[in-house]
This record gives sequence, C-alpha cells and structure tokens, in this order.
Amino acid sequence: MTIAHHPDMATLIEYAAGTLDEAFAVTVSCHLEVCDQCRKSVRSAAALGGSFLCEETGVEPLGEGSFGRLLEKISAASETPHTAPDRVSELERGVTRGIPLALSGYLDTDLKSIRWKRIGPGVWQKPIPLSPGASSSLRLLRIAPGRGVPEHGHGGQEITLILSGAYRDEIGHFGPGDVADLDEHVEHKPQVVSDEDCICLAATEKPTRFKGIAGRLLQPFVGI
Amino acid sequence: MFIPSATIPERGMNANADLAQRHRALIGRVAEDRDKEAFAELFDWYAPRVKAMLLKQCGSSEMAEDVMQDVFLTVWLKAGQFASSKGAVSTWIFTIARNRRIDVFRKQSSRHYVDIGEMEFADDAPESEEVLLSGEQDSLIAQAAATLPEEMREVIHLAFVEEKSQSQIAGELGIPLGTVKSRTRRAFEKIKQQLEGVL
Ligand SMILES: [Zn+2]
Repeated sequence: MTIAHHPDMATLIEYAAGTLDEAFAVTVSCHLEVCDQCRKSVRSAAALGGSFLCEETGVEPLGEGSFGRLLEKISAASETPHTAPDRVSELERGVTRGIPLALSGYLDTDLKSIRWKRIGPGVWQKPIPLSPGASSSLRLLRIAPGRGVPEHGHGGQEITLILSGAYRDEIGHFGPGDVADLDEHVEHKPQVVSDEDCICLAATEKPTRFKGIAGRLLQPFVGI
Repeated sequence: MFIPSATIPERGMNANADLAQRHRALIGRVAEDRDKEAFAELFDWYAPRVKAMLLKQCGSSEMAEDVMQDVFLTVWLKAGQFASSKGAVSTWIFTIARNRRIDVFRKQSSRHYVDIGEMEFADDAPESEEVLLSGEQDSLIAQAAATLPEEMREVIHLAFVEEKSQSQIAGELGIPLGTVKSRTRRAFEKIKQQLEGVL
C-alpha cells in the first residue's frame, strides 16, 4: 500500500501520550496498521514520553510483600502455557474482512454488509457508537463515484482515513490508507475519483460547536 | 506552574550514568541467568517510581499497585528481548508502564480497541526494539530533552507527564491550539535531530 498522506506528527504524539479522544485514537490506530512510518514515529514518541516520565516522577510506597506477590505471579505465568492470540494473523483476518483490526470491535459485519443510511445524493453513512464518555464522534461514510460534498469547513479537528476507493480535493489525491488530518481552518470540497464507492472512516469532535443555519445544513457532510 | 528543572547538574548526570549502567548490568543478569536478586534490585529502585506514575491515573493505590506488578511481570518476561538492544532501562520500563496505563484506561471504557503500539508485526518486530530502545549511551533521550527550549519542554511535559490533551494544554497556557501543535512537532524534531538514527 502506497501511503501519501499521514496524520500530523502532533496527532501521532497525542496518540502516543494516550490523550486522543476515542474516535481519533481508533482512526489513527487503523492507519498505524498499514503504515510502517507512522508506527515508527509513535514508538519514538512513546520512548520520549517514557524518558520524561522517568525523569519527572516521584516515589510511592509499595504495598506490603509486594515483591513476593510479584514472584508468585511470575511463577504462575511461567506455568501457564503461552496462549496469547497470534495478533498478526488476527490483523490479517481483519484486513480480509475489509475492516482494520482497531475497528473490528466496533463492527460485527464486513464492509459489504453494512446497513447504510442515505444522507444525501450518493452519500451514505453509518454512525459508530463509542463509549459514553467520548467527546468525539466516529462514522463510516460511503460516497458514490463522481459524487462529492459541498465545500465545507470543519467545526474542529477532523481525521479521515480512506478504507477503499479514492477522492480528490484541494489538498490532493486520497487513496486507501491515506489520512486527512484537518483542523477547523481547512475548507475543502472532496470529489470521489475511483470507479467504486469511496468508503472512509471519519472522526470528528462532537458537533457542539456548529452554529447557524450553514452549520446545520452541512452537518451531515462533516466527516469528509 | 511548576515544571521540573530542565538542567541536570553535572554531578547528577554522572550519577545517572552510573546508575543507568548498573541497571543495564542487572537487566542482563535477569535476561541471561533469570537472576531474581538482580530483578529484586531493579524492582526496589523502579517499582516505587512506576507506582507513583500510575497512581495519577489509576485513582486507587490498590489498582496502581496491581498495574505496577503487571509492568514488572512484563519486565521479567521481556528482559531477553530488551537486553539485546542498547537502550536505557529506565526508558524501557517507563514505556511499558505508560503503555499499560493507557491500556487499563481504555479497558475501563465500554469498548476496547486494539492498541497497535503493543502489537508486534512480522516486518518490524526486530527493528522496533532497536528503534524504540536503542541509544549509543543511556540517558541520551533525557539529555537531548534537557536541551529543549522551555516552551517546547513544557508542552511535552504536559502531554506525557500530566496527560493533558493538546486542547487542554492550549487552554491552560492561554495559547492557540495551533501553537501547541507546532511546539510539539518542533520539540520532537529537535530531539530526533540530536539522536539521529537512534530515536
Ligand atoms: Zn502514516
């Protein structure tokens, strides 16, 4: 897979710090499954974070007999046969279903059997429920060949990952694996350029910030 | 806001280097000889620190203690993998602790998604150890981080140690989100430049 568009490095660092909200973290995670380069960056950022934590952390007294309990866990662990699932093959299974592993826990079907809801001419969506505390929204979008969405800005950060098909906008050509990591200042007008539908995963902030009629009208299209 | 001093005194640096070397030797013994005495010495030094770090997120001391023990179980099980790299023991242990903490936090939410950072890929597993953990000498990352301008150090500190999101950092410092992002990017770039080929 040739990937031309990656998440912003600041986003990858936030992912590594564990502070990205759920929808964004899932979307970035899906990209990492197919992008060596970003996986490497996230690991470097994690090492940097580890170093900061080590330098700047105090000490906390341990529970009584802490080391003894640890040794018991160790002998229990070495007696249990190693049954950890083979995560790489798990990943491959997810990919053959057409769904990234990070998303597979949220969807019980493959991409072809999703029950889409039409939100405009040639545009469908499938909202993906997140944890109750999430302050972001996640959805799949499906757009027909040749179709696009009206020019729109964004009410906040928005990260879109292309799963299949392709679109083009003012920024460039986006194919499978590519990520559009846009902040609220970017306005764009994506147009699907593949022969097949373009399916993407879109993470947005909860649209509390959309105001006015224009915002309400465009709300269905937020996500791309 | 209190930000720990960016400069490590010369004497402290040497002491750190000695300690780091001692810890590398200990982890070598754990890896090769499954030496429980060496493991105990590492535990005595790192466990109270790891627990302090975990306590910030875990809320209860019991949970922090539990997760800390998990971290050291991983240290025991993965010591062999780590020993072949040239990295700092401290960074490695705290990276495990940080990953575990994020993992626990995610499991508390109703849906759990897979953390790719924990996953080993056929094509990058050997390299990842190298890239993530190697250093020509120990404490290299910490030394590079110490040379960061205060405003860059601050955003990295708030992100990893205080666990603030970038918008929270923007709010707290009273600066635009874009500025937080650019400082974060520049901090990472600067450190990468200093550790060329290492980080
Ligand atoms: Zn990437």
